[in-house]
Amino acid sequence: MQTAGAMTFDSPPSHPKLWLDAVNEWFTTVDHKRIGMLYIGYALVFLLIAGLEAAVMRIQLAVPNNHFVSPQVFNRMFTMHGTTMVFFVGMPILFGFGNYLVPLMIGARDMAFPRLNAFSFWISAFGGLLLYFSFIGGYGLYGAGTAPDVGWFAYAPLTAKLFSPGHSTDYWILAVFLSGIGSVGTALNIVTTIVCMRCKGMTMARMPLLPWLYLVTSAMVFIAIGPLTAAQMMLGIDRFLGAHFFDVQAGGSAVLWMHFFWIFGHPEVYILVLPAFAFANEIIPVFSRKPIFGYSAMVGATVLIGFISLGVWAHHMFTVGLGPAGNTFFTLATMIISVPTGIKIFNWLATLWGGKIRFATPMIFSIAFLFQFLIAGLTGIMLSAAPFDWQLGNSYFVVAHFHFVLVGAILYMIFAAFYYWFPKMSGRMLSETLGKWHFWLFTIGFHLTFDFMHVPGLMGMPRRIYTYEADRGWAVWNMIESIGMIFQAAAILIFVWNVVRSYRHGEEAGPDPWDAWTLEWSTASPPPHYNFAEEPVVHSRRPLWDLKHPQAPDSDYE
Amino acid sequence: MSAYTAVLTQSTDEWQLPDKGKVGMICLIVAEAAIFIIFVLAYIFYLGKSLSGPTPAEVLKLPVLGTVCLLSSSLTVHFAVAALERNEAPLSSLWLALTVLLGGIFLADTAVEWHELIYEHGLTIRTNLFGTTFYSLVGLHASHVIVGLGMLSLVLLFAVAGKLNSSHAHRLHVLSYYWHFVDAVWVVVFIVVYVLGR
Repeated sequence: MQTAGAMTFDSPPSHPKLWLDAVNEWFTTVDHKRIGMLYIGYALVFLLIAGLEAAVMRIQLAVPNNHFVSPQVFNRMFTMHGTTMVFFVGMPILFGFGNYLVPLMIGARDMAFPRLNAFSFWISAFGGLLLYFSFIGGYGLYGAGTAPDVGWFAYAPLTAKLFSPGHSTDYWILAVFLSGIGSVGTALNIVTTIVCMRCKGMTMARMPLLPWLYLVTSAMVFIAIGPLTAAQMMLGIDRFLGAHFFDVQAGGSAVLWMHFFWIFGHPEVYILVLPAFAFANEIIPVFSRKPIFGYSAMVGATVLIGFISLGVWAHHMFTVGLGPAGNTFFTLATMIISVPTGIKIFNWLATLWGGKIRFATPMIFSIAFLFQFLIAGLTGIMLSAAPFDWQLGNSYFVVAHFHFVLVGAILYMIFAAFYYWFPKMSGRMLSETLGKWHFWLFTIGFHLTFDFMHVPGLMGMPRRIYTYEADRGWAVWNMIESIGMIFQAAAILIFVWNVVRSYRHGEEAGPDPWDAWTLEWSTASPPPHYNFAEEPVVHSRRPLWDLKHPQAPDSDYE
Repeated sequence: MSAYTAVLTQSTDEWQLPDKGKVGMICLIVAEAAIFIIFVLAYIFYLGKSLSGPTPAEVLKLPVLGTVCLLSSSLTVHFAVAALERNEAPLSSLWLALTVLLGGIFLADTAVEWHELIYEHGLTIRTNLFGTTFYSLVGLHASHVIVGLGMLSLVLLFAVAGKLNSSHAHRLHVLSYYWHFVDAVWVVVFIVVYVLGR
């Protein structure tokens, strides 16, 4: 393969390093690849912690009238699980992949602002530490601590000083606030990198879809994180200075917090899912041996999703009572957003159609993603109808729906991305055998837990309850869900083992193990710190295809 | 590799992309604008909803001096950038000094206003919803003025030390974007708080 030649001058000189030197290098690095890996590693640690919190909840709910944990601990568990998963797993892992991949895919040597990049990571990391420090510092000087217990969307007036004494809620505010600053910093960096640092010949229309989707996601971060930051400031001002933003007694409005939070909260869902789509856009074509179907439709649909997602937030608030005009608007907006999403699903199917499909681990995760995301979308359309939502709002049906999105779609694509890009990051392949075990165990566990979670939801089981009576008919379903959790935990352990083992003993990957087409595969694995010895020039969307097939390059047809 | 180099050398077309500093600053401004929009919305939403006095109509006066100073500082910073681009560093530092002075007058004007509100009218952030939203919105803007003034003063310090030259014009240009943004926010705050909200 022509690209193998890149190895000769790209491999850095290797000499043994002092342990402390290595630590120092990681702490002070401004290299986008290392920061990307820091983001990913940090997110994986929090994934395990938040997964453990989910396991505690599943054990507690497995049988009726259980006393595994107290109601107070249960409240802390669902608050920490949600907050951690969204702000300290989802955001960092997606920014991690973005940091690592965007400069490589657009043929740049680093991000636009490397030091800002390091700052953004460390400020987010500090936020995560602060959140977990609340376990010991939540009561401030009054002794032992406690974690936040106000739910991940922290509705007013529960968050008022009167109802949430101590400092646990303050830790939550600060942690989320800091994570927001980090997110804006990284998003700013990604946008600037994509707009200003594409290699020669890479017009916007020739850019791979992953940077395109990261561009839209990052633009959404600016608009969505702002309201969150503002709301956290207001809540902080309320709690520390005695102001009245969300103080109902002084004429303040609890509903205003809901609006502010969900103006952030719903675009956030799309901020998290667009990178997952981005991974699918890269992985599905490579393993179907076909270029992506409908490139421009994909870009258009992404931009549309970005716009429409800013106008659907109040579908989280149907049960509050918005009046007929509000209900109609948000029902329609929510239903319309499924159109560009549907376009994407059809494009992926059309990419698979007639392709020479290779069922490697990244691909099987991607195919499961297609099925599961479809189901998540269908229950989403059900919930978008206001009257239906009145019936099922705040029930386990909603919990099942959004876990289908967050786990069934986003986490599956994160796993796929891991199996796909781990060889690039480490120079070694992850084990396919362990990968298949990981996939099947996780899929069985996922469907046991979340398919059956719809049922007690339909039967009226509300979310956030710490236990329930035996005569409700929810017990069987909850037991099945908890059994599914065991399968998922086993699968995650296999995944961790796979990563640890393959990092040391995995098969050598070489620069281009998947016979792929984008620029990151044209350099060594792992890439040297300058990425490309010579800055690449591209003539089509698949520069490596052109390189490998000079007799029929894409540039002749695009 | 050889094939790759062949591809590399083919293109000699112009390849111009936008400037990193400006794009980055515009991104920051968009993100900051989103924060301000929420504070402005909260202010508008709570207009007239305070359960007790004082009300905006009773205590707020038009901050004419501060507004004139802040808005004209946008002009002076623009002249500072233009002078530096023409490599006239002394003139540029003069305009910079004037900008910092005007920004300082604005802050002093705000301080006088707040002092009067707190000590004569008894309006604090805890008094009522008007106090809560007023001090938060105006304070958020003032804190941005302080950050901008800090950065401009830093440039001025370099200028006084004789370290400022036309190679820094681009950075000063990016910084001036931020200052113009702070000014534009004040126009919105002024209209919402002092004109429509009174």
